Amino acid sequence: MLHIINKSPFEKNSLMSCFACAKEGSAILLIEDGVYGVIANSSIAADIKAAMAKNSIYALSADVNARGIADKVMDGITLIDYNGFVDLTCDHEKLQSWL
Amino acid sequence: MSIKKLLYVNRKAPYGTVYALESLEVVLIGAAFEQDVTLLFMDDGVFQLAKGQNTTAIDNKNFSPTYMALGDYEVNKIYVDQQSLDERGLSLDDLQHLVWEDEDEDYAEKDSIIIVDRAQIADLMEENDVVLSF
Repeated sequence: MLHIINKSPFEKNSLMSCFACAKEGSAILLIEDGVYGVIANSSIAADIKAAMAKNSIYALSADVNARGIADKVMDGITLIDYNGFVDLTCDHEKLQSWL
Repeated sequence: MSIKKLLYVNRKAPYGTVYALESLEVVLIGAAFEQDVTLLFMDDGVFQLAKGQNTTAIDNKNFSPTYMALGDYEVNKIYVDQQSLDERGLSLDDLQHLVWEDEDEDYAEKDSIIIVDRAQIADLMEENDVVLSF
């Protein structure tokens, strides 16, 4: 399963609900305002780190760069481009876009 | 018509919704009509001021340089919530350096951004005539 999050984790609880419901081994992709979840030293950084133990977490680099946070991405997040986005969706049989 | 004190409260991140851009446009229009304008950035709104934004790959206009022009429109009271920065792993250094020129002091360049806490924000909301929320 590929989970896609496009809302800021500081404004919506989509990412936290996703963490709670994602099975071990599922991939989680942050896009649009969802990429604010990548910032190191934020108030939710510990939650992201905990999720990394059971899920691989990706973020769309185009959205990270747009928001001026490229130099704040925490270790363990994999940045991908649009081609990587396509690859991720092809590699997973199912996907869930959290709103 | 008397000059009203307008407080614009910005709480949205810049590209996921259109609120940030709409707010900036209204602020510039209001300033052109010589209103007394104060801006407040809190919650995800602090992300609007992040420096180093590069939108070439998302096909959106990067409107962040426009904040640098606010000083020229005499919009020089720009308040940023400390707690919102802390929660997001940001500091003042991560924001664009916004300045204005004080014509009463031989056009000395002064910082526009003032970091505030929640108690100061409460006062800001009380002392302005109109609060516009974005």
